[in-house]
Order: sequence, then structure tokens, then C-alpha cells
Amino acid sequence: MKRNFFIFCAKFLLLFLFFNNAFAGSSDPRQFIQEIVDEAKKILVNSNSDKYKSDKLTEIALATVDIKGVGYYTLGSYRKDLTKEQKKEYTILFEKYFLKTFVSRLTDYSEPKIDVVSAVKKNEKYTIVSSILLATNKRAEVKIDWRVYTKDPDKPLIRDLIIEGLSLARTQKEEFSSIIESNDGDINALFSKLKEFINS
Amino acid sequence: MKRLITAAVTVFLLWANVAYAGSTGSEKLKKSSSSSANECFEGFSRAMFSFNQAVDTTIFEPIAKGYRVLPMVIRNGSSNVMNNISHLLSIPNNILQGDFAGAGNTVARFAINTTVGILGFFDPAEKMGFPDKGKEDYGQTLGVWGTGSGCYFVLPILGPTTVRDFTGTVANLWGDPWYHMTTASDPMIADGMFEDSDYWISRGTSSVDFRAKNIESFDNIEKNSIDLYASIKSFYLQNRNKKISNSDTIVETQDESDWEEIDTN
Repeated sequence: MKRNFFIFCAKFLLLFLFFNNAFAGSSDPRQFIQEIVDEAKKILVNSNSDKYKSDKLTEIALATVDIKGVGYYTLGSYRKDLTKEQKKEYTILFEKYFLKTFVSRLTDYSEPKIDVVSAVKKNEKYTIVSSILLATNKRAEVKIDWRVYTKDPDKPLIRDLIIEGLSLARTQKEEFSSIIESNDGDINALFSKLKEFINS
Repeated sequence: MKRLITAAVTVFLLWANVAYAGSTGSEKLKKSSSSSANECFEGFSRAMFSFNQAVDTTIFEPIAKGYRVLPMVIRNGSSNVMNNISHLLSIPNNILQGDFAGAGNTVARFAINTTVGILGFFDPAEKMGFPDKGKEDYGQTLGVWGTGSGCYFVLPILGPTTVRDFTGTVANLWGDPWYHMTTASDPMIADGMFEDSDYWISRGTSSVDFRAKNIESFDNIEKNSIDLYASIKSFYLQNRNKKISNSDTIVETQDESDWEEIDTN
């Protein structure tokens, strides 16, 4: 009994350590992005199944992206008008929506070769890390910049991806805003669209 | 005909209030929110957007996919030729924007690539220290001069634009040496060397080349958008702002103000 208990504790401890360190990441923003890129490259090899890629990319996103922060940014000024319940519902919906698009966007790239080239600290809260997705015979070289949130210097988090100068977070924000505006400011219209997308 | 177009553009500009009386110039434009462009007539634009989507699916995308079957060397070569021709439009715009170093670079690129690069098929200028700094057009020049974007709309076939960029598109025809060399057969420049069709073939090839380079990106955007029209509008306006700022550095072009207030810790 005692032995079984110790084995159980040891397994639990190992599992805890594994998940706690899986994407602990560096506190240096440049190194942090380099580690994510390296990890994604390993996941996106052709021999891995779609299910495996999806599960692993979801793990990476949950550990390295400030999904809640991106969600609030994306909602723009509308978030100030939300009730507590609406905010809670939005946070849940946005996370599901974000993870689905994140996985979908990345799984289109097989074994991406990304070079992290520089990092510029904008202020205490943000550092922009620049990288290059190297060209293949199908597409040209692509510049990718990462907005890293560094308010907690020990735990940097990604808040935006800027591809060839175009911010994905800004685009998402304008998309959401368009849906709300064309429905007379009704946030429920956005919730319906998000649910529709998540369940599609 | 020219008078009619001029009058139509003038009325359109006044109606759309493109003048942006309070604009403080390119510095303001550089970091302006891309959502600041209001819709001119959203219903019409959304209808045109759907029409363009249908045309793209039935005509442009299949042609682009066919183009992608060509060997890489041919695709790169034709892309280089189109890019080299576009330098003719960039040069006057470099000058109008006061970017004389850029104009010198573009002139050198055009001269080297047209001769050593065999009519622009190859790009030896890049290796000789004259990098491609991107295309410049009259819409960008108006932006650099401080003209606001005006409202946003979608044209059939030509796609997204703003009042400023549409004005630039009209000016691009009148102020493009390549247009005059081909369609107007200007005897001062190239008497009898080109025909009208050369201009339209080059424009068509340029569009197909662009579409072929972006097949996966477009599919990806389409698959992951809950309002595709709004996504394309955002991408278009961000891209124009970036081009007007003439900066490759993301740090200089991203608007910080709306990120500052997001605090979840």
C-alpha cells in the first residue's frame, strides 16, 4: 500500500514537473520566441498526425500567448460595456475561437524554417521580436514580428503576430468591431458568430 | 473624355471630403489607426466584394494555380520583369516624395536590370548593392504629402481602395511612363516599339503573379475569418499605411496607444 502510494506520488510529481516546465520558456524575449519557434518546427513535421499537431500547438498557445489580453484588445472599447456574465462568456468563447484559428493557421506550414533576427524593447511592457520565415519554392520569404508582453519579466507572453507589417490582432479587432457595428452594437451578434465558427 | 473623368473625380473628392482639413501630414498618418477609414457606401462595397470573390474563384485563382505549374525560373523571371517595369512609375513618385536617394536607387536598378539583367528578367542590381525598396505610386505620394485616406470602398475587379488611392490610381495612368510608351505610343520615348496590348498584358501578368504568390495566404485568411470583408479591409488599410510610412521597421509603424490600456495581470 505504502509502495503504491509512493509510486503514485512520484508519478504525480513527474507529471507536475513536466507540465510546469513544458513551455516554461526563457525570460529573454528573443530567446523565448526562439524556443517557441524551435518547438513548433518539431511539431509541424509531416510525419506527425493532424491530431498530434493540433494538441501540441494548443499546449504551446495556452502556455505562451496572453489569450485573455488579446481577447480584451480585440474587443476594443466594447469591453467596457460588458456585464460580468458577458465578459465571462466572451473570455470562454474567445479562447476556443483563438485556439482554433491559431492551430488552423499554423498547420498550413510544414516544417517552417524561422530565423529570429532581432529584438527591440519598446517600453517596460512590450518588446518586438523580429524573425524571418524562410522562402520555399511555393512562397517568398515572410517577415514575422512578435509583440511580446513583458510586464512580468519572468513570464513573457505573446500578444500579437505582425506578418509583413500587418497586425493579426488589429485585423481581428476590426473584424469583431465590424460585426458588432453592423448589428447595432449588439455584442450577442459577435457571440453567435464566434459560436458558429467554433462549431463549424 | 479626360475632362469628364477629371470632373467626376473632383466631385467625388469633394463629396467624400478627402481633403481631411485637419491632417498634420505623414507623421500623423504613419501611426494612424487603420480603422479610421470610414465606409463610403458599405452595402455597395460588400456586393462588389462578393462579386470579386466569385470572379476570383472562377477566373483568377485557376489561372494563378496554372501559373504556379510553370518552372520557378520562369515565374521568378516574369516577376522580375514586371517589377522592373514598375520602377518607371516609382521613379517620379520617389522624386515627388522628396526621396532623392530612393529615386537614384530605383534609376540604377532599372538601368542595370534592363541591360545586364536582360530586360529585367534577372535582378543583378540587388547583388550590386541596389536593393529593391518597394513600389511607389501616386496614392502613396498623396499620403506622404499628408492627404488622409478618405473613405473606403471596393471596386469591381480592381478591389479595395480609398478615395485617396483611387485618385492615385487615375494619376497612375496619366503619370506612368510605361503607360505612355505602350498605349499612347509616345514617339518621343518609344516610337512603334510597343502596342496597347503590352500594357494590359503586363498589368494582367502582374496581377496573376501576385495572386499566385498568395494562394495559401488568401485561403488561410478566408478559412479563419468570421467577417472576411472586414479582414481584407483591415489588411488593405494597414498595408497602405505601411507603404506610405516608407519604413521596414515594425517598431516605427505599429500604433502603441491601444495596447497600453490592456492589462490583465
